[in-house]
Amino acid sequence: MSATKQELIDKLRQDLLGWEGFRPTAPEERQTFGLGPIENAFPNQAFPTGVLHEFISTRPEFTAAIGGFIAGIMQTLLEKGGVCVWVSYTRRIYPPALKRFGINPDRIIFIDVVREKDVLWVTEEALKCNGIAAVICETRLLTFMESRRLQLAIEQSQVTGFILRKDVKALNTTACTARWTVKPLRSKLRPGMPGVGHPRWQVDLLKVKNGQPGSWTLEWKNNAFLHPQKEQIQQPDAGRRYA
Amino acid sequence: MLKRFVSIWFKYLLTDREAKRMKSLRELPVAITVPDHGRMLVMTMNIHAENCGIKAGITAADARVMAPGIQLLETKPGRNIKLLKGLAEWCLRYTPLVMVDPPDGLLLDVTGCTHLKGGEIEFLKDMVSRLRVLGYTIRPGMADTIGCAWAVARCAESGLIVPPGGQRNALMPLPPASLRLGVELVIKLRELGFYQVGSFIHMPKSVLKRRFGSNMVLRLYQALGQEAEFLLPLKESVPYSERLTLLEPITTREVIETTVRALIDTLCKRLYGEGLGLRSAVLTYWRIDGKSGQLSIGTNHPSQRTDHIFKLFELQFDQIAPGLGIEVFLLEATKTEPASDKQNLLWNGKPAADGEEVAELLDNVGARVGKDHIHRYLPQEHHWPERAAVNTTDLAQTSENEWPEDKIRPVQLLEPPEPIEAMALTPDYAPRQFVYRNQRHIIVNADGPERISHEWWIEDGGYRDYYVAEDEEGMRYWLFGTPNDIPEQTRRWFIHGYFP
Repeated sequence: MSATKQELIDKLRQDLLGWEGFRPTAPEERQTFGLGPIENAFPNQAFPTGVLHEFISTRPEFTAAIGGFIAGIMQTLLEKGGVCVWVSYTRRIYPPALKRFGINPDRIIFIDVVREKDVLWVTEEALKCNGIAAVICETRLLTFMESRRLQLAIEQSQVTGFILRKDVKALNTTACTARWTVKPLRSKLRPGMPGVGHPRWQVDLLKVKNGQPGSWTLEWKNNAFLHPQKEQIQQPDAGRRYA
Repeated sequence: MLKRFVSIWFKYLLTDREAKRMKSLRELPVAITVPDHGRMLVMTMNIHAENCGIKAGITAADARVMAPGIQLLETKPGRNIKLLKGLAEWCLRYTPLVMVDPPDGLLLDVTGCTHLKGGEIEFLKDMVSRLRVLGYTIRPGMADTIGCAWAVARCAESGLIVPPGGQRNALMPLPPASLRLGVELVIKLRELGFYQVGSFIHMPKSVLKRRFGSNMVLRLYQALGQEAEFLLPLKESVPYSERLTLLEPITTREVIETTVRALIDTLCKRLYGEGLGLRSAVLTYWRIDGKSGQLSIGTNHPSQRTDHIFKLFELQFDQIAPGLGIEVFLLEATKTEPASDKQNLLWNGKPAADGEEVAELLDNVGARVGKDHIHRYLPQEHHWPERAAVNTTDLAQTSENEWPEDKIRPVQLLEPPEPIEAMALTPDYAPRQFVYRNQRHIIVNADGPERISHEWWIEDGGYRDYYVAEDEEGMRYWLFGTPNDIPEQTRRWFIHGYFP
């Protein structure tokens, strides 16, 4: 009897996800982003595409780390084809550096608008466009209303959107599916070796719809994400209740 | 093919223009004067002054005596050409081939255009009445040749429309001046007793040539249609253009939208039939008061889609000032390219960078934020960091170079590099600490130096020693120092980027 109850609850949970706009991806379409335990934090144990991800950055150093992290995710997204649009108002990204994170910089179209208010307009137009794999939007402000508009545009087109919020003074509620921060960590080389090692980050998932927030240490090595062995911090177990 | 030309003579061009500006001048004798050898000579005058007996070339003082109330005005050199150019553009509603004919005329190639107004007589009537509304009195002439139309417009008493093939009969009673000859030649002909073209038209060509020069023969035979003469149009006519002349002038946005959409639709169907796509287009409108305006668009990809082209124009509709009403729209495809005949349904897959949907998105974005704000980067064989990528706007362009993978470059690059206060204990080593924006960073790990020299074939300058530096918090920076082996120059340090 208890088994059927459990099945019923699982079924209901799946239905709830569907009603909330989460589309279960078919097993053959499912892409793996190499994020390992981080992917378990999301519903269906898959990094959600076709939703809005929000990245919070308070320092330019963090922005660089987020740029690397997004580029690493985009590598997988771009495998299916399409282009990526990078909308920004004050851009400092250096295209040749992205090659190290697995993307060909010539597949990114940079739109550098002059007026800050045009950023979200361009982002929305780009998110409505089916031929695009991902849209990255560098902005400072994002109100709930604006994020809702972007989310509605995404629900039609299933484009993945990344909102990179720089110089955030106060956090506000948004309609984004996930809210992240990525901070650089001291790189680790073998003991006694001099120099700077591979990029190493502390990835914090502050908020996630129907998922489990957490914090992880991640490295970028040989064109892939890598979880350093001994420093597992928190791993959400799959059986826990959804928050 | 039989050609038909119209020559329009603006007999009172400059005075009509003054009368348009000041209504009080309409009923007065008016003359335009020009300075000549220290006196003022009458250049042109209006009909009232003409009735008083004033002729071009008499002095201003004489003109004042002949017509006491005369208004003498001066003009700027080149104003007539400017006016004629404006009028020529206005005349594009009748035919795409219009030429300015200085000093006071226009030439129109109306081959195959007259039936649109219901015949040649109605065509000229329409032209005369519309130009009268604009304030210009004109004399038109229509014939098979430019020369004959010119002659008839200026010199004929009646019969302004020469029937096809009737040039010889039409020219016979006209004075020799109607052949566009120089003043001296006209005087010479009159002195010899040739008062009409008919009195020498029968003479053999060789005789005329010996007596009056080859130019006169050329002009005569051009008027007769035995020598070729070409019209240099004011602007090159665009092969793909659509024109819509409205019965009633329109002012509201809805009607303008419907009209423009209909024009685009017709043009797109034509382009589609010929396998072409539109790359740039210009929409010109004329208002009933003679003013005009233009909107232009460009696309990234040859497009035949009405909706897309309309959307691009729609973004600019705010610039249309309809005034009292718009009566003519002209849509010209100034640049077309062969379009791939892909079916619309196939667009739904995720295409590569040259996909049409992406191109359309960029058109829309470019129309709002400006095309020069859209960038795409291609690798370039330069080791100087600022030059490693070249900017391109073409979606399909690819580079033969590969992106370098061996070089470690920062994700965020400061442009230009910002100076920092750094302290290095040993030369050729990374600094121990640096201060940037009032914040002290203690460096614990560093890689380097990577020495990058200036590309001397482009620019002179010293090298830079780059270090990848990691501070206590784990933040990674790209620092460089200027040369430290130049005497009397201390090494300066800069921050150039952030590593992830």
